[in-house]
Parts: sequence; structure tokens; C-alpha cells
Amino acid sequence: MKMKKNDLKGWLYLLPAILFLGVFMVYPLIDVLVYSFEEGYNSASQTYHGIGLYNYAYVLHDPYFLQAVRNTFLLVIITVPVSTGIALLISLGLNAIKPLRDLFQTIYFLPYVTNTLAVGLVFMILFKKTAYTDGLVNLMIQWFGGQSVDFIDGPYWAKMFVLCFYTVWVVMPFKILILTSALASVNPDYYSVARLDATPNWRIFTKITLPMISPMIFYLVITGFIGAFKAYSDAVALFGTDLNAAGMNTIVGYVYDMLYGNSGGYPSFASAAALILFVIVLTITCVNLLISKKHVYR
Amino acid sequence: MNLDFKRVERNAAVRKRVFTGLDYCFLVLWAILVLFPFYWMVLSSLKSYSAYNSEYIPQFFTLNPTLSNYVDAFTAVPLARYFLNTIIYTVVTTGLMMVVIIPAAFAFARLEFKGKQLAFTIFLSLMMIPNELVIITNFVTITNLHLRNTFTGLILPSVTSVFYIYLLKENFEQIPDELYKAARVDGTTDFEYLTRVMIPISKPTLVTIVILKVIECWNSYVWPRLITDNPNYFLVSNGIQEIRENGFGRENIPAMMAAVVVISVPLIILFLVFHKKIMAGVSRGGLKG
Repeated sequence: MKMKKNDLKGWLYLLPAILFLGVFMVYPLIDVLVYSFEEGYNSASQTYHGIGLYNYAYVLHDPYFLQAVRNTFLLVIITVPVSTGIALLISLGLNAIKPLRDLFQTIYFLPYVTNTLAVGLVFMILFKKTAYTDGLVNLMIQWFGGQSVDFIDGPYWAKMFVLCFYTVWVVMPFKILILTSALASVNPDYYSVARLDATPNWRIFTKITLPMISPMIFYLVITGFIGAFKAYSDAVALFGTDLNAAGMNTIVGYVYDMLYGNSGGYPSFASAAALILFVIVLTITCVNLLISKKHVYR
Repeated sequence: MNLDFKRVERNAAVRKRVFTGLDYCFLVLWAILVLFPFYWMVLSSLKSYSAYNSEYIPQFFTLNPTLSNYVDAFTAVPLARYFLNTIIYTVVTTGLMMVVIIPAAFAFARLEFKGKQLAFTIFLSLMMIPNELVIITNFVTITNLHLRNTFTGLILPSVTSVFYIYLLKENFEQIPDELYKAARVDGTTDFEYLTRVMIPISKPTLVTIVILKVIECWNSYVWPRLITDNPNYFLVSNGIQEIRENGFGRENIPAMMAAVVVISVPLIILFLVFHKKIMAGVSRGGLKG
């Protein structure tokens, strides 16, 4: 009897969490699958006329979705290696100095706490070309003798460049933070021994530093992939809420547009698109994990 | 021979100094890249409307700073309301979350009950579920409950976080068993033990969780956008988007920048005060990748 009372108490402490998670996480998870297979779902009357794969077929043939997939993949392929690479360089740079290191670290972390939408607006202004001004970035391009480009309403590559640039700026703090603490935690004895043997610097880097921090690099690559595949608010900050018109929509943006807004009211299509995204991310994460199993030093 | 040795040593020292110099240049360059947008937003917010628009070539400083844009930001658009909404949303969400996660973490860390292991495994696996998947149904649920454009609708789905339960559970587990046993001998109930011993001991972690949640709430955009279309319930992120699209008129960038500064300042202050805590908390298990 006493045992039973204890059991009850445990579950009682868990009850609020279970209630919230059940209603807003577990149930939706099942429901999203159901939605994605209900054909012709009408959100007003809450009826549908069949079960099948039509929603997936529709989404996969929607030019807006294909555009969103293209944008998202480009964004992922560009920003993940670039941001991880630069973050590694900066962390190595930070690791090599003593004075001012804390100050630099604090400054570098600042973008993490800022509102993506708000700072995105500043980036828009820096890159935008209007009737009144070419904008600061274009001014700099002209200093170096280049042609000014409208990065916000102009050619596709220019818009893609700003989006990647801003994304890298936003994700950098996290990566720098993780890599600097990884570098700081490498046992200094290894370096002392290497110095005794007069090992050249690049060899120390490739044979000691890199293997020692490789688990963290892979962690960043994996979380970077996941994060970049979910890109959305950065694009909204730069190009406004009508991303389809700007041709800069992302997969997540497509999901939300299907759900709500001018093109909204189609939870079935949104669910199908969200599940496609989930499968893509899951596949890539698994591939990443397999690769890291082979290459990460343990 | 001796001379040679000295020369080698000197060369090495010179090379090291050059390297350090280059290193600093690189670090300063990145610092400028990070700080420049902040400088530019403050600078633009201090330029008057006419001055800003007459600058075909943007100026890097202003000799006639004005605060009129800040007045505009609070009078021409309901910035104060967005601000207040965000504060209400942040405080209530964070408060409710603590009420939900502390008992859950306590149950996992300290209590013994049937099915605990299974429940914990299920909780952990929920950590991998992306928000994008569940937000669709939540949107429909909240709409059907007629909770759109209410604080209830805004807050409820953001209340739980499996990740923070996990973080807190790990922290609770580090508190020695002996303390618990001693408390039981003294006749302290579990609930008293939680509130009088565990919570005070875990205060640093709790503070970190609160700060991280506040940052998350302050910056949340997607859910509020889906669930509110009445500007009376906009949070700052939606507010700034609204200002951008329908606010002061498209070209009044200085006023827009003033609004951006106002929105950014609270978090920057929070960061300046707590940067050590925030950075330690994020590196222990960052969320934004």
C-alpha cells in the first residue's frame, strides 16, 4: 500500500509536465501525421474526402516548395561549412592570446541575445539600395571600383548572399563559444610534450588540436545542419513576410505560409511539407552521425 | 655557434610577435563586424528624418543627434504596447514554466516510482521533436479553442521545455543523497525538501534557465505571428515586422531604427549583467545552432 502511494506521488509531480507535453507535443505529433494523409481537408468544416498521398504529391509539385527546397539547401551547403570554418579560425585566434580574450569573447557572443527580426532590419538597411541612397555596403563596393547591386530586391545571387551572410552572423556566437571551450579543455601536457619534440606548429594542429576537438566540430556540424534547415526568421527579417514573392522562401517558411497568411488555410499541405523536412533533416543527421563515428577521435 | 643560437631565438621571437599582431588584427576585424550593425542602428536612430534621407552617401557619424525618432517610435506606432505585451508574455511563460519543470525534474531526480524509467525515456525522445512538426496542430488547436489573439493562446504551448527539465534534473542529482535522508529522518516532507533545500542549492542553475527562457521569449516570432493578427497582442518581433511593413511609412528608417534600438536594449542590458552566466548556460547545452 505504501509503495502505491509513492508511485502516485511521483506521477503527481510529473503531472503538469505530462499534461502540457501531451496536449502540445505528443498529440500534435500524431495529428500531424493524420493531417498529412487526409486529402482535401477543409479547415472550416473540418471534413476531408479521402486518405492518401495526394498532399505529398501536391507539395512536391508545387513550384514554391521546390524553390524553398532549393533556397534551403543552398543556405545549408554554404553557411554550415563557412560558419564552422570561420568559427574555428576565430577560436584558434582567441586561444592564442591572453590579454583582452574575455572582452573579445563577450563581444563575439552578443548577436546570440539579439532579436533576429530587429537586427535583420539593420542588415536590410545596410544592404538595400533605394532611390535616396545606394546603402553602405554598395558604397564600399564602389570604393573598390565595383558595381552597386540591390541585395534586397535585386538578383537572386545577391539576395542569397545577404541571407547567407546574415545567417552566418547569427549562428557564429554559438559556434565560437563551443569551440573556444573545446580548445581550452585540451590537456596542455600534450602541447608541452610536442614542444619538447620540436614538432612544427601545423603538425601540432593536425595531430593534436584537431583530433582532440573533433567531437565538438562534429557536434557543431550536426546542430548547424539542423538549424540551417529550419531557417526562417532570418529570411523574414531581410525580405519581409511575403517570401514567396521575393523568391527567398525556405521550407519552414513554406510550412507557415500554407498554414496561415494570404496563402494559408491548408494544414494538410503544411503537415506534408513539415514531414518531408523532418525526413530530410533526420536522414542528414544520421549520415552525419555515421561519418562522425568513422572520423571522430575518441 | 653561440651567435647562431641567439639569431634563431631572435627570429623565433620576431615571428611570434608578427603572428600575435596578425592574430589581434583578425580578432579586431571580427569584433568590428559584430558590433557594426549595433553602431549603425544607434547612429541611424539619432539622425533626423530629413538628414538621413538627404545623405546619398551614408555618413559614419552625425553632428546633430536628435531624439525625435524615439518620440516617434512611441507615439506613431504602439511600441509601448508591444513592449508591455512582450513583458507580460515573457514573465508569465517563464513563471509557469518554472512551476511545471521544477516538480518534474524533482520527480526524475529524487523520487522512486513505478514507470519512472519509461517516462524519462519518453521525455528524452521528445527532445528530438522539432517545433515545426507540432506547431501545425497547435495552431489548429488554439484556433478551435477560440484562443487566437489572447495571452492564453500565446503562452500555453511555450510553457514546457523537455530540455530544461533534463538540465535541472542533472543538477538536482548532484545534491548528495545524505541530505535527503537526513531530511526524511527529521520528518521533512518531499515538498518541503524541494522548496527548502533543493531549490536554494540549485539557484545558479535556476537563474540560468530563467535567463535563457527570457531571451527565448523576448525573441520569439513564429508562434506569436501565427496566433495573433490583432496588433493589440503583438510582441516586439511581430511589432517590428508590422512597423517595417505598415508603420511609419516605408522610408522613415531613422524612426524604424529607434524602435529597433528600444527593442534590443533590454536584452543587451541583461547580457551585460549576466554574460558569464548566459555563456556558461549556453555552452552547457545550447539551443540555437
